[in-house]
Amino acid sequence: MRNAAESIVLTLAAFVALLGVAFAQDDLFRIHAWVLFFVLAASAIFMFRRVIVAPAAAVDQSQYLDGPIRYGAIATLFWGIAGFLIGVLIASQLAWPDLNFEPWFNFGRLRPLHTSAVIFAFGGNALIATSFYVVQRTSRARLFGGNLAWFVFWGYQLFIVLAATGYLLGITQSREYAEPEWYVDLWLTIVWVAYLVVFLGTIFKRKEPHIYVANWFYLSFIVTIAMLHVVNNLTMPVSLLGAKSYSAFAGVQDALTQWWYGHNAVGFFLTAGFLGMMYYFVPKQANRPIYSYRLSIVHFWALIFLYIWAGPHHLHYTALPDWAQTLGMVFSVMLWMPSWGGMINGLMTLSGAWDKIRTDPIIRMMVIAVAFYGMSTFEGPMMSIKAVNSLSHYTDWTIGHVHSGALGWVGMISFGAVYYLVPKLWGRDRLYSLRMVNWHFWLATLGIVVYAAVMWVSGIMQGLMWREYDADGFLVYSFAESVAAMYPYYVMRMLGGLLYLIGALVMAFNIAMTILGHQRAERPLGAPALQPAQ
Amino acid sequence: MSSKEIDAISGTETTGHEWDGIKELNTPLPRWWLWTFYITIIWALGYTIAYPAWPLISTNTKGLLGYSSRADVARELAAAEAGRASVLQRIAETDIAGIAADEELSRFAVAAGRSAFKVYCSQCHGSGAQGAPGYPNLNDDDWLWGGTLDDIFLTINHGVRFDADDDTRISEMPAFGRDELLEPGQISAVANFVLSLSGKDHDAAQVEEGKTVYAENCASCHGDDGTGLAEFGAPNLADAIWLYGDTMEAVVAQISGPQHGVMPAWGTRLGETTVKQLAVYVHSLGGGE
Repeated sequence: MRNAAESIVLTLAAFVALLGVAFAQDDLFRIHAWVLFFVLAASAIFMFRRVIVAPAAAVDQSQYLDGPIRYGAIATLFWGIAGFLIGVLIASQLAWPDLNFEPWFNFGRLRPLHTSAVIFAFGGNALIATSFYVVQRTSRARLFGGNLAWFVFWGYQLFIVLAATGYLLGITQSREYAEPEWYVDLWLTIVWVAYLVVFLGTIFKRKEPHIYVANWFYLSFIVTIAMLHVVNNLTMPVSLLGAKSYSAFAGVQDALTQWWYGHNAVGFFLTAGFLGMMYYFVPKQANRPIYSYRLSIVHFWALIFLYIWAGPHHLHYTALPDWAQTLGMVFSVMLWMPSWGGMINGLMTLSGAWDKIRTDPIIRMMVIAVAFYGMSTFEGPMMSIKAVNSLSHYTDWTIGHVHSGALGWVGMISFGAVYYLVPKLWGRDRLYSLRMVNWHFWLATLGIVVYAAVMWVSGIMQGLMWREYDADGFLVYSFAESVAAMYPYYVMRMLGGLLYLIGALVMAFNIAMTILGHQRAERPLGAPALQPAQ
Repeated sequence: MSSKEIDAISGTETTGHEWDGIKELNTPLPRWWLWTFYITIIWALGYTIAYPAWPLISTNTKGLLGYSSRADVARELAAAEAGRASVLQRIAETDIAGIAADEELSRFAVAAGRSAFKVYCSQCHGSGAQGAPGYPNLNDDDWLWGGTLDDIFLTINHGVRFDADDDTRISEMPAFGRDELLEPGQISAVANFVLSLSGKDHDAAQVEEGKTVYAENCASCHGDDGTGLAEFGAPNLADAIWLYGDTMEAVVAQISGPQHGVMPAWGTRLGETTVKQLAVYVHSLGGGE
């Protein structure tokens, strides 16, 4: 019997969701319980139809478990496109406020939908899928825990659906990047612990004597995110059947806890996790050894030790005591070289394979990812310096910084990894079209450059307008005047995001055709258009 | 697991580890990287000695420079205030006409008033004081409550229809339609008459009847010729400036069930000196009487 137990568990869970509907203490919780019920009921029906009565064949433990990774690659693309699309929409809302549709589709609700879709749905699926792939290959061991990896995949998708529908309904803790309410947080905690068990279990049963550097980074990401998530989401629910909860922290302690979480979500989710990705896929695609083993050790430990203290730089010139601001700033500056260690190892691994930039658009994507990583991890420590921060804080400069990291580093390295993975996971000789990868590369790169450059200009202008005093010491501009001045930049930013979205759509087509088994007849990249006459 | 070997391209030895075909070179740490890292650490230590940094049990190290962001901002604010103190003192002591007459005081008051306007007034009146439907334009010479310096000062100081202030500007046009003081036909007639005063599109046949309705119901506040009366905050109906719109529909709506704008009394919130500066600034916009 296969899938029988799963079907029964899903049915029971759907019934529990229905009880949540019946006894909900508030309307929002009731609607959310309905959402949960329909998702679980549909899953249960789907599972029942796949129950196989014949005895299950024994699982071949020498084979890698790649099913969740295949699903993960598709989910990465799906959520990525959803996240970019909402990004383009909210960028348009900032330029043209008439595009706010009350109450579900206003900026306030769509903005966390965008950030969570991109960071947790797109980035998270990319990290889970690639970590499962990398840990099996570099440990020469099948994923630990049998079907637990499937639970991690589907449990994580359920978390995404609950978080996203909650935002649209107006269910939020109002903690940036930690908006989901207490019950969704609890569910994510369960999924995350299962993820840790699968990953760590696989490392424990590895057949290699050493743990590969990519796995150190992945593991630090999984462990630290668990800690950050649990501490920042310590709340007291108003009712066990209600959507609202109150944080365990108050005032400046609350702000500091939030930014300890928020900054390390950047540090361990978007940096350490994706460095793990880079440490596997760059040497594989370039077919070169890692540049420096010693550098990888030193920058790993320096990075994870220093990053965790840098959060207070989000609270410069606030109620946070001066001593904490100082520490946040100096730890951020010390982070510069440990961050750049990853860039050096990424770029220098290509020495001896630089010619591939001309012929291999996947390598090109990875190189631009590492270049943006280096740029962002220089910009970050610079912006944490109090004198710079007094200009940059609360302006679009911060948004530009985040996006050069998210679009440039996280997006590009994930695209590169998915392009690498898909032909291998589905047993294809090659991608449908390398020329389309090249198109994707240029669309995305142009999009990022437009986005980041425009946000620098508008952010610095905003900061300067806010602090402009006349000879008598009076403010020169009203806030509304600085908003009006943003308009052309907001339009250009939207266009930059649109280019990035179009690139991702090209990728989706290319990946779909690859999975379906097609190969486009095309001239190889870097080959001359005409062959010399014989 | 493979053994150590020399990588042909870089000439560097590998570590001898191998995972899924990935090897590692045993390249030493780049010198520039290491030294830059050391320098940032030394700088960080120095900075934490100079500035408040390390938490102790019940306090924290204060730093050799004695820096405090709160003391810093307090010092800057005090310096800014000290620089202005004498001129603010004179503005406080001078009546508003005297401020406008004095070149230095009026220049300062306009600058200060512009700044305060952007913070407190632009939300309704617009950053260029151009107004919006329901919120008067302050650049023109059409004044609901009078356009002299004293009138403007009084309006800002006590607000309009602001319940919490006993001296607030107050007036209330009757709801001629909602309270059935006039028949719908009479309202339509008087609206046509009112629009005829400024040469707007209107039905000439109704003007005669409207004129009678106007004389009996409206002229006491808006004046016989419709030019309004600042004493009652009654708008001029004979010019091209309309607070709630110049269409037949808008005029009928305003006669039937009038909207009554409200402005807070700013005197208690900003103090008399700032209100004086605001009055001088608004007066200077071009329409001051």
